[in-house]
Amino acid sequence: MTAKKTACASALLLGATLALSVSPLASAEMKDDAIMTKFMLDRFEVRHQDGDDLLSWEAQINTRTDYQGLAFKTSGERLRNGPTESAEYQLLYQRLVSEFFDAQFGIRYDNQPGPSRTYAVAGLQGLAPYWFEVDANLFLSDQGDASARIEAEYDLLLTQRLVLQPAAEITVAFSDDEEIGVGSGLSKAEIGVRLRYEISRKLAPYVGINWEKSFGDTADFARAEGEDTEVGSVVIGVSAWF
Amino acid sequence: MRFSMIQGLILAIASLGPIGAMAGSYDLVIDEQIVNITGKDKKAMTINGQFPGPTLHFREGEDVTINVTNRLDVDSSLHWHGLLLPYQMDGVPGLSFDGIKPGETFSYQFPVKQSGTYWYHSHSGFQEQEGVFGPIVIEAAKREPFKVDREYVVMLSDWSDETGEQIFSNLKAQSDYYNYSQQTVGDFFDDVKASGWGAAFKDRLSWGSMRMMPTDIADVSGYSFLMNGKAPQSNWTALFEKGERIRLRFINGSAMSYFDVRIPGLEMTLVQSDGNNVQPVTVDEFRIAVAETYDVIVRPREDKAFTILAESVARTGYARGTLAPREGMAAEVPELRERPLLTMSDMSMASMGGMDHSNMAGMEGMDHSNMAGMADMKGMDHSNMAGMADMKGMDHSKMPGMENMEGMDHSKMAGMAGMEGMDHSKMMMGASSANSDYAPGSGLAPEAANGGKFLVYADLKAQVPFANYREPDREIELRLTGNMERYFWSINGIKYSDAEPVHLKLGERVRIKFINDTMMMHPMHLHGMWMQLDKGNGRFNPLKHTVNVAPNTTLTVDVPVDALGQWAFHCHLMYHMAAGMFRKVIVEEAVVETAAQ
Repeated sequence: MTAKKTACASALLLGATLALSVSPLASAEMKDDAIMTKFMLDRFEVRHQDGDDLLSWEAQINTRTDYQGLAFKTSGERLRNGPTESAEYQLLYQRLVSEFFDAQFGIRYDNQPGPSRTYAVAGLQGLAPYWFEVDANLFLSDQGDASARIEAEYDLLLTQRLVLQPAAEITVAFSDDEEIGVGSGLSKAEIGVRLRYEISRKLAPYVGINWEKSFGDTADFARAEGEDTEVGSVVIGVSAWF
Repeated sequence: MRFSMIQGLILAIASLGPIGAMAGSYDLVIDEQIVNITGKDKKAMTINGQFPGPTLHFREGEDVTINVTNRLDVDSSLHWHGLLLPYQMDGVPGLSFDGIKPGETFSYQFPVKQSGTYWYHSHSGFQEQEGVFGPIVIEAAKREPFKVDREYVVMLSDWSDETGEQIFSNLKAQSDYYNYSQQTVGDFFDDVKASGWGAAFKDRLSWGSMRMMPTDIADVSGYSFLMNGKAPQSNWTALFEKGERIRLRFINGSAMSYFDVRIPGLEMTLVQSDGNNVQPVTVDEFRIAVAETYDVIVRPREDKAFTILAESVARTGYARGTLAPREGMAAEVPELRERPLLTMSDMSMASMGGMDHSNMAGMEGMDHSNMAGMADMKGMDHSNMAGMADMKGMDHSKMPGMENMEGMDHSKMAGMAGMEGMDHSKMMMGASSANSDYAPGSGLAPEAANGGKFLVYADLKAQVPFANYREPDREIELRLTGNMERYFWSINGIKYSDAEPVHLKLGERVRIKFINDTMMMHPMHLHGMWMQLDKGNGRFNPLKHTVNVAPNTTLTVDVPVDALGQWAFHCHLMYHMAAGMFRKVIVEEAVVETAAQ
């Protein structure tokens, strides 16, 4: 199921790429408006925690010129022995709106246990002052529920190759969507610290710790389902791009 | 009998003819082969089987024919860097001609109208980086104003184990891909020890607010630096007998690397720049921008070896050779000097990323050349700016846009907060070195290793005054711009693919004002016509084909527009050019206005 969705999204991305590439060849000798594709596996990790270990991923593919293009994002979690706890796919049009930021618009599809959701997405992704990598998004679900999520990461160079990366993610819901266990207000926060070693710029294994907590009504819904509202884990994984 | 005398006379005249217009013919073949330069086999592009290509010896006044055969499986080209010729012979695919297809031969034919040291290179893809380049030496028709006993070409280049395509795509994907000298937590604590918590923290905040790195000197690292194609350990050697005058023709054929050049123990008398004679100036060291040439004369009076050292400006390595009385000798090779760090003086207003440019419409008219340290920001606390003495003399009346700045929303200028963190001590130090080619306080301003004379552009005075020197007819402002984070480079904020050509009229004299809004040096190169570098020497301003524009400075050149056609005008850093820092210049006949009635 997951693979099928991914393939579907990839096909869409490819189609759109082909559409984009019909640009004038006036400057055939110059590469300054070429379309570049970058696959980023930001996190691919095993989270060792109470109960079953969890496999977690976060990846993004950009296909774009300097000024605009497409982004495909996916993230999710799967218990070692199944099932997939959550899986999220976004297909976005992105456009450079300042020196360091892209505005992104598109759709998000969540395929989780229980009812799936489709969202409209509007967001900003880029490098904020003081070197924070930021991805901030607003979501409006097909149920009419709005939510916002902001993720930020910071690279602290211990050496040229050993990098300590604190990261945080906060989700706020503007209304209840009890079916998928989301309550209005600050719903979820996640904080992690990962220490990676860049074997090359393109490949870096890492270890770290991660802490997740749900709040307010979201926490109440989780308790009602018999789930933990707070999970700490030790992670081991790899990040890569090409 | 008489007939044969006439016949003989005709024969004699006929044979004299080619002397009057000598014709040299050269055959060059561009191919690929495995070379071993650094101890590792790697595929390189070669010319006539050589890396770099063979030195072409032309004579001023001759008509040359150069048949260039492309044995690569991609299009190729050769551009004659600095030569004045018909634009169809200039070798820029898409502008001069269609390029040379695989397997085909293109005949370049042009009269040689100048003398001096030049070079040639491919203008296709990244072939120059991979070996398609070589020196050109043009013998002067008249006696030169200096005497030498021997001469050598010293061609500097940078060599990577990666292909140009790989380097470019890595830079596009991650602009700091090659910067392995970034500031670490350890450096932070060193700074704390040196200047205290407050200063160290403020310094990091000020750079962080702009999302720029003081260590960002060169975009690409991992290069081996070569002298005449030889790695430092191979020690290219030039022989001499003591007391001889030796002319060294330095050419920087690098894709991306500037060098600081010196010969410890010898003074260098600089006699030529970019092929044009200059009034001799004796220096201990000089910086050679990518694509520039400098001819120096040295006179070793001792029977010993001297090291010719060309340190990369980012101090990631050096090219090295030896001047020696006999083969197999070597002199001491000095340690690399400390890596430079950019300072806030290298940041132009425009490059301060934290600023909301949308509010800055009124700033267009500002003269950045006067803004070395940005003291003109009205909202700033001037009392903190001890190091900014140069700003006192600023003529605000020359800044028509400044009124509008008062209306600027300073609260939106996140980046400005960081200015308090400027390292004033460094600024003062830098200012004292007073290198007129760099912004006061710049971290890039070089100093001679022996504390002696370091060449500055103002030292370059033409040997003979330029005959057509006059006030320019008009001025064109070219801001050198770019997006460091996303690695695209532009002029006036517009990349080549989106830009209109620059239109010039034959016969006019156009002042080009380069304003470097980026934090990097850019070697700007105009094809087909000279740029007369204005460093205040009037009609003795030197003619150059490539000029270095330092960060946060303004450099003006006057172009005597004397060649019809389509010409390339670009930053000669290969990956900046590829990323859009390029313009097409079209020179047309001036339309003579006919009387209306």
